[in-house]
Amino acid sequence: MSILINKHTRVITQGITGKTGRFHTQTSRDYANGKNCYVAGVNPKRAGENFEGIPIYGAVAEAKEQTGATVSVVYVPPAGAAKAILEAVEAELDLVICITEGIPVKDMIDLRHAMRERNTRTLLLGPNCPGVITPEELKIGIMPGHIHKQGRIGVVSRSGTLTYEAVAQLTELGLGQSTAVGIGGDPVNGIKHIDVLKLFNDDPDTDAVVMIGEIGGTDEEIAARWVKEHMTKPVAGFIAGVTAPPGKRMGHAGAIISGGQGTADEKLEIMDASGIAVTRDPSKMGSLLQSLI
Amino acid sequence: MKIHEYQAKEILRAHGVKTPRGIPCFSDEDAEAAAKLLGGKVWVVKAQIHAGGRGKGGGVKVVQSIEEVKSTASTILGMQLVTPQTGPGGQLVKRLLVEEGAQIQKELYVGMVVDRESQTLCLMASSEGGMDIEEVASISPEKIHKLFIDPRLGLNRDSAIELSDKIGLPEESLTKGADLFESLYQTFVTTDASLVEINPMIVTRDGDVLALDAKMNFDTNALFRQSKIVSMRDLDEEDPAEIEASKSDLSYISLDGDIGCLVNGAGLAMATMDVIKLFGGEPANFLDVGGGATTEKVTEAFKIMLSNPNLKAIFVNIFGGIMRCDVIATGVVEAAKQVDLKVPLVVRMKGTNEDLGKTILIESGLPIISSDNMADAAQRVVEATRGSR
Repeated sequence: MSILINKHTRVITQGITGKTGRFHTQTSRDYANGKNCYVAGVNPKRAGENFEGIPIYGAVAEAKEQTGATVSVVYVPPAGAAKAILEAVEAELDLVICITEGIPVKDMIDLRHAMRERNTRTLLLGPNCPGVITPEELKIGIMPGHIHKQGRIGVVSRSGTLTYEAVAQLTELGLGQSTAVGIGGDPVNGIKHIDVLKLFNDDPDTDAVVMIGEIGGTDEEIAARWVKEHMTKPVAGFIAGVTAPPGKRMGHAGAIISGGQGTADEKLEIMDASGIAVTRDPSKMGSLLQSLI
Repeated sequence: MKIHEYQAKEILRAHGVKTPRGIPCFSDEDAEAAAKLLGGKVWVVKAQIHAGGRGKGGGVKVVQSIEEVKSTASTILGMQLVTPQTGPGGQLVKRLLVEEGAQIQKELYVGMVVDRESQTLCLMASSEGGMDIEEVASISPEKIHKLFIDPRLGLNRDSAIELSDKIGLPEESLTKGADLFESLYQTFVTTDASLVEINPMIVTRDGDVLALDAKMNFDTNALFRQSKIVSMRDLDEEDPAEIEASKSDLSYISLDGDIGCLVNGAGLAMATMDVIKLFGGEPANFLDVGGGATTEKVTEAFKIMLSNPNLKAIFVNIFGGIMRCDVIATGVVEAAKQVDLKVPLVVRMKGTNEDLGKTILIESGLPIISSDNMADAAQRVVEATRGSR
């Protein structure tokens, strides 16, 4: 098993005709069961056409109805991305994964309130995230598939390449992954560390979790407190940005220490106190996890 | 993106926030003319730089004659203003704001930010005006009152008046305080601000409520629809290396150390800085070349790192995913040749086509120290800087 997605998941690509959408739909389709999973694309102006055999529909609701897809991935450019997510929410998909980087914060706040108002059951992953992969079953996003290996370790992270780093370390140690989830580096986003940890905790095929955070916000602290009370599986953690100066945005819009909040030391301290094994050496994420199981 | 106080006040005024009358100036003659135009007997001459704490560094003066306005202006213009936020080198003052003096009865604080946890806008106000709000938050957090605003509902009038009352505005000024809060909220949402801070907000002797100072930051993701804000950008206030980097679509931040870092991905870039520090070194910069790095981008990144006189070594840390290691290796070799690299270079490459990448580095004949492991590579680069000391 796995969390969020598996080989039976059927996927719609929103923004399938753009350069990024085309490229990543292709590589995702070539991975494992992708050929069967990528069943639809959406572009209102190109309805009726197809992308390498994947039919393009004018709207998400129509794509869902025609193909039975329950998940969408969004590659729509920043200015229209929040609207695209809302369309998927209105079509009542189970999960929307938004890869797009650079969405205005205000658009995300408005979207999150619209989602709350609808009391939607649609989960949002991202934006500005690498996506999610269940190794040897299905890859939805921009991560390199070949570094992954099927197994029983869950991975959750705000950063892309740092997730790949952790995954590669695990794979090298012979530890496969149940699912690897990138929640993204934006300040206002969908599911967070705590939500993914809950899913891993309930997944019978996940034995332990690597949790990777970074400076900014309080998501890691909130997740750590939950771990202390509820998590039944070992968690290994790393936080990037111990050396980051306050007030400077370190690449990700959300990676900024502001108002004295969100420092790496503070996060590491709370994680440590919550029973999460933490390391300050990013080359030891895999071996630390190995030592816990 | 940051702007100057006088620009922030212009924007706030356009949305209905009251401020003292003032005129931006670029010379002492400007300042003299501005003071005459404003009239009155008391003026404030304020250095316009993006860093806060200007008063502490001598960048804000209250003066009582036109002659003094001119002489003060000529002192402040051209000075390297050092504040707690500028770093020891300070910031060159090129612009001033000359304002009419205000009759202050009370100083308060109001600010607005995005609250990540609740995903709402947070209006913060305090009776403790004129102080560093982070200091207030740590010493007496009970004096900071917060109002979380659902953007779909907006700021409720009763809540705004209640907040005015909580921070101790006099009875007759409560509605004026609420007016300012409402205008501030409007400013925030219409300009895609990420932070607005009015510190201090004052009650004048006549009971009026004004923004005596103003600070605004903006969401860079939204600049595509905020052309007016973009036109207020002042490149003199930004780090030249960071400006140069942004032209090549590189995310670069200058730091104080001596080990240059070139990494793909923001999280890995931060982790690379951390691992350098862990082994006793100091990173010279944060640099994310992004997912679509080309030879040209890598070369540009090397040039920017090498423009730093403190640089003693370079650490290239790449996790090849979509981006292939051989492309980066070619870029590194090309860049090293073009810039005539004289500092030690440690390269750690992992992921897609790593073997091919390593072969390219070896065959280049360049004195590149290669390593498979991030920690090992960090140790080597730290050792390399020690060797050159």
